[in-house]
Amino acid sequence: MTDIIGYILVTIGILFDIFGCIGLVRFPDVYNRLQASTKCVTLGTILLLIGVAFIHGWGSIAAKAIICAVFILITSPTAAHAIAKGAYASGVKLWEKSVVDKYAEESKK
Amino acid sequence: MRRLIYFILAFVIWILLTWPFVDGKIDIQVTVAGVIASAVVSVLFSEILPKEHRVFISPVRVFWALVYLPVFFYYMIKANFDVVYRALHPKMPIKPGIVKIKTTLKTESGITALANSITLTPGTLTVDLTDDGFLYVHWINVKSDDIEQATKLIARRFEWFLQKIFE
Repeated sequence: MTDIIGYILVTIGILFDIFGCIGLVRFPDVYNRLQASTKCVTLGTILLLIGVAFIHGWGSIAAKAIICAVFILITSPTAAHAIAKGAYASGVKLWEKSVVDKYAEESKK
Repeated sequence: MRRLIYFILAFVIWILLTWPFVDGKIDIQVTVAGVIASAVVSVLFSEILPKEHRVFISPVRVFWALVYLPVFFYYMIKANFDVVYRALHPKMPIKPGIVKIKTTLKTESGITALANSITLTPGTLTVDLTDDGFLYVHWINVKSDDIEQATKLIARRFEWFLQKIFE
């Protein structure tokens, strides 16, 4: 039974990873691409790891998978934040159809 | 006190990662190595580790953190369906922009947790934060560029919990 739950979680995780990659290709600029890659890939990978924990049952592999999930949950948004700030600092423009850019208005003052 | 808390935390992570329980016995070598490694980490790096170590020992804060987790996961899954919808829709219904929001949180860990929560939830990505408590957020579907309104839409639902956990 836990096997089936595990495989379902792994499947959903892989699907989210795929959708994240499609978003990564389709979105127009670096910030929108980060949105797709951080959100979908974080959830996808966490579901994958939880699925692995379910398949193997309580033990060393499950413990490692859960620890990895926790660390991905902490580090992935931090990395996205660093990339976004770095991209902005090195002069990457927003998509031309973007509606508002408070960050540029504030830093000019 | 602070070093002790981080020592225990590092040791728990070490135990979970190395799993020294072989055939019902505990592997002494691995455990001793873990004690030494955790001690070194907690002594050398206690200065740069978060100052809000009391979060780990206060039952009330741990309780709110456990309540926050499912709420956060609910928003995270919602966020994922939202982004997947925008990524797969042929016309790509996005309206991106960077807005500014204000947070009432004061502690470093609290603001970090807020920024990370914002990044992982519906269509928002923290770009930068200022010393006086403003965050610049990239929003995939800008609904309002007013500071008050944007804060209400993006940050309120997390701030209430994070206030209880970290402040």
